[in-house]
Amino acid sequence: MLILVFKIVLIAVILGLSLLIAMYATLVERKFAGFIQDRLGPDRAGKWGILQPVADGVKLFFKEEYMPNAADKFLYILGPSLTMLVALLTSAVIPWGGSVTLAGKEYTLQVASSSVDILYIFAVVSMGVYGIMIGGWASNNKYALMGAVRASSQMISYELAMGLSMASVILMSGSLSMHDIVAHQQSHLWNIVYQPLAFIIFFTCALAETNRAPFDLPECEAELIGGYHTEYSAMKLGFYLFAEYINMFVSSAIMSTLFFGGYTLPFADKLHLAPNLITLLGTAFLFVKIFLFMLLFMWVRWTLPRFRYDQLMKLGWTILLPLALLNLIITGVITLL
Amino acid sequence: MSLTNRTKVVSQKRMSFLERLYLPAIFVGMGITLKHTFMKKATIRYPEVKRPFSDIYRGRHVLKRDEQGRERCTACGLCALACPAEAITMISAERKPGEEHLYREEKYAIVYEINMLRCIYCGLCESACPKEAIFLTQKIVDSEYHREGFIYGKDKLLEPVDKDKRIDVSKRQTPEVLNFKKLPNEKHNI
Ligand code: SF4
Ligand code: SF4
Repeated sequence: MLILVFKIVLIAVILGLSLLIAMYATLVERKFAGFIQDRLGPDRAGKWGILQPVADGVKLFFKEEYMPNAADKFLYILGPSLTMLVALLTSAVIPWGGSVTLAGKEYTLQVASSSVDILYIFAVVSMGVYGIMIGGWASNNKYALMGAVRASSQMISYELAMGLSMASVILMSGSLSMHDIVAHQQSHLWNIVYQPLAFIIFFTCALAETNRAPFDLPECEAELIGGYHTEYSAMKLGFYLFAEYINMFVSSAIMSTLFFGGYTLPFADKLHLAPNLITLLGTAFLFVKIFLFMLLFMWVRWTLPRFRYDQLMKLGWTILLPLALLNLIITGVITLL
Repeated sequence: MSLTNRTKVVSQKRMSFLERLYLPAIFVGMGITLKHTFMKKATIRYPEVKRPFSDIYRGRHVLKRDEQGRERCTACGLCALACPAEAITMISAERKPGEEHLYREEKYAIVYEINMLRCIYCGLCESACPKEAIFLTQKIVDSEYHREGFIYGKDKLLEPVDKDKRIDVSKRQTPEVLNFKKLPNEKHNI
């Protein structure tokens, strides 16, 4: 019973946190973009533009709810909802911290722990393209359809390399569970030390999977107006845009967990602190890493121009995939020896 | 022979392995953007901070009054004639006895309108005026929701009678300008 209450609270906290972080990520992104371009970014709504995301949200709520005449009503609404749902689902298996002891009972800071966390993540992440696909198809607009087609082929191309680079991490820890991977990094060094190549491949694929520049071809405003969300307005558009930031948050969390030690605190055993405190500090440390990754995402976005579509495909199939395969083979050989 | 010293020989050599990796170039690019993050920003927070305007900036117009607070304009129409954008419209009227404290000349403009959307702020009206009645100022035309609002009548153009609230245009009336306005070979001075 207690465990149920604990889980529900945890789910609520994580849901709230991902929404809040996604909300403020939009502001940070706009600010950061401004700074990179020698501007100040939004600073009118509240101090340093603190209320800007709220204003954006209110604006999206009050926009006209427009639906194209020829659109498939059901799918048109399903698209953004699915995208949002899938974006939020992934965070279920991410271990946000070690375990806390409350009233003599131990709880892990993970909503659902299973032995196949990574498979789950893969399954859910691949679902992400359905929202875009359905939305693009249902709007009955050629730009949207083109964006959707691009999104799906991009996802397929990059998922492979992503999976293979993740596989080498799995090989090292010998488990599909996120907790085991983190524990492995605690006893050894962070995975980034052993698997720098896998990390670079994974990061590149994560950029592509979250549809962020330089791989934002599905929405690529220069060629496709808005890509798959061309026909969307008001909060449905808001869902698509918001899901992108949630995806970014979740991918940052996955990367921090897989390659950068997750919630483990280095030298934790030398600190002589209460276990609960160490767990909390570990969680804070994880969030610091997540935020740094999100900044990196933004930094990359505002530095690099968009790839051309054939370059994107070439990069995925002829460079990232063979590299990931090679990396996997080398890792396999080394772990065997 | 080169005309400038900025010619650059373009080569299309094949990219080396390091260049084809893209990563070094990406890191250089990210270094550049990071550098800009901490550079001084070019933004000027407009309504609070304003850029210094030139003394002779040509913004919205003012219709001047003379020392006794009388309207200087005599509705001669020279400004309207000079205006390349045909932005000025006016209707003249004769000064009635007893109105001498309002209008300096016997004839005055009962309606004087400038369409601020047509105006190109060239300042030709200012140089055409023989009576030193119209000047452009450093004020900027306010934004409006409707086009009608941009047609400024005398209510918006005339400067206040109150001596302290008069709009100072002395910076624009350099001795050269004043002299020019007295030149006998300029048509409007006759
Ligand atoms: S500034 Fe030029 S365009 Fe504007 S009213 Fe005067 S003469 Fe016409
Ligand atoms: S030129 Fe001067 S005096 Fe003549 S109508 Fe125009 S503002 Fe009035």
